[in-house]
Amino acid sequence: MSIDQTDEAVPALELRSLAKSFGGLKATRDVTFRVMPGDRKAIIGPNGAGKTTLFNLITGIYPVTSGQIFLFGNDVTKWRSHQRTALGMARTFQVTSLFPKLTVLDNVLLAINGLQPSKFVMWRPLASYRSTYDKAHSLLERASFLDRKDVEVRNLSHGEQRQLEIVLGLASDPKILLLDEPAAGLSSGESTEMAHFLIKLPRDLAILLIEHDMDVVFDVCAEISVLHFGELLETGTPEQIKKSQRVQEIYLGTG
Amino acid sequence: MTTQTIKIVAVAIAMVVLALLVPRSGNFVVLLATRAMTFAILAMSLDILLGFTGLASLGQAAYFGMGAYLAAILVAKYHVGLGWDFWLVVVLGILCGAALAAFFGLFAMRATGTYFLMITLALGQCIWGLAYRWSSMTGGDNGLNLGARPDFGLNLSDPIVYFYLVFAFFGASLLLLYLLVRSPFGLTLMGIRERELRMQILGYNTWLHKYVAFIIAGAFGGLSGVLWAYTNGIVTPETVVLTTSVDALLMTVLGGAGTLIGGAIGAAIVFGLREYLSTLVPWWQYVLGAIYVMTILYLPTGLMGIPARVRQYLRSNREQAKKKLVSVPS
Repeated sequence: MSIDQTDEAVPALELRSLAKSFGGLKATRDVTFRVMPGDRKAIIGPNGAGKTTLFNLITGIYPVTSGQIFLFGNDVTKWRSHQRTALGMARTFQVTSLFPKLTVLDNVLLAINGLQPSKFVMWRPLASYRSTYDKAHSLLERASFLDRKDVEVRNLSHGEQRQLEIVLGLASDPKILLLDEPAAGLSSGESTEMAHFLIKLPRDLAILLIEHDMDVVFDVCAEISVLHFGELLETGTPEQIKKSQRVQEIYLGTG
Repeated sequence: MTTQTIKIVAVAIAMVVLALLVPRSGNFVVLLATRAMTFAILAMSLDILLGFTGLASLGQAAYFGMGAYLAAILVAKYHVGLGWDFWLVVVLGILCGAALAAFFGLFAMRATGTYFLMITLALGQCIWGLAYRWSSMTGGDNGLNLGARPDFGLNLSDPIVYFYLVFAFFGASLLLLYLLVRSPFGLTLMGIRERELRMQILGYNTWLHKYVAFIIAGAFGGLSGVLWAYTNGIVTPETVVLTTSVDALLMTVLGGAGTLIGGAIGAAIVFGLREYLSTLVPWWQYVLGAIYVMTILYLPTGLMGIPARVRQYLRSNREQAKKKLVSVPS
């Protein structure tokens, strides 16, 4: 742990002047941002604003061009993905990234075992790990997936796969969860369901959400930031953002 | 009973039948079965990479050759490995196979997909080059003769005794590898096959998992090489040539990648067909080639995939019949 000068709580996630360029394209410019433990924050922005790029920087899929990333007070800027996850971070993907030819149960087991030392055990059947199975069962029960646990994931509907994405994100007991458009491709009824599911998550879990579906964002998050061409333009409560002239300009192009 | 239990029982019965039937079928069949089982270990080791981790390797002959040449050199040059020290050679073969894989893995694991295939191919050819050119050690083109088989109370020169020994090694390898793929580690390999990026985000150091799998495959490759050397009594550069890697790959695909036992079935079929066809027609290689092509085109899940395909076919037939019933009254 790095030494924290102030008495304040350590932010779950902190970005300091983060920037990323792909050749000449500046996908992320000077983003400074904080998520405290238990915060519910959202980042919105039109297509191509650099939202997913930002997540890929935070989770270590892309190396950063400049700036720093702190997770729970640790400078993780140069860390690899799995090391960052071990600090208590989890994410979901905009494009569903499950294990299609494995069963629902196996998907969840993999997600639970990610941070367990038993992931290297090769002489004992996985089926003999009672506690892992119990945990998988309770996770699946909470998301009402238990009846479909032996179905191969590729045979699930799109909506079911989106839900399973989040179950996988929760399986490692994260302290901060990054959700990349959890409602992508869902019908309006399904996204209401998704919003309810997110609201019910434990209060001490910090959530950073990227979303196009404004209803989900307004329901789940207390604070919204607007990203445009890789830059954070504005931050405020849902009401402020709804009324903001600039946000309207960006989204509706009345500028 | 689940399909998994049925499969286990079927394999167990097949093993017992194999152990009882083959020794009564004459020396030629015994030798053929012994060879097929040695190659089955190689094919299964490759299946860990190809079927379970999703890494198509074209260099598995390198570890096979490592084991085979190690045994041949120790026997022919140092007269080690014809008594009790046979077991020492086996252990050394496994360790050297693993060590070579640990070294090669450092290069091969940097790539995926076709590039992984190309790198393993190149590394495998290095071993072939070494076997061919380092004449003072490997006997060059002539290879090395082992002479007799070990005798330590058990006289392995007896083909039936040797058959049972290889059978035991084959059974143990099958059991160990089955345990591996059913373990937490085995599931991580399948996760990497399905979606490596997600595995990293879930907290897995996927490089390490692939590297360990690569080393394990090398270890079993080394074991099969040692057994091959003792089976044939001679080791030449032919043993480590590219064709051996391709054979192992084709056996795995023919039997069904990602099933483990598929590699063994593939080995049995290829060895059986090769011997049988070559007595029938001089152009038997074409027949084998056609079988490979047909498998990949029409049965990509291999022979072990047939039951699942039949089930799927029957189910879709039932569903269509149902649809017809529904649509008739309207």
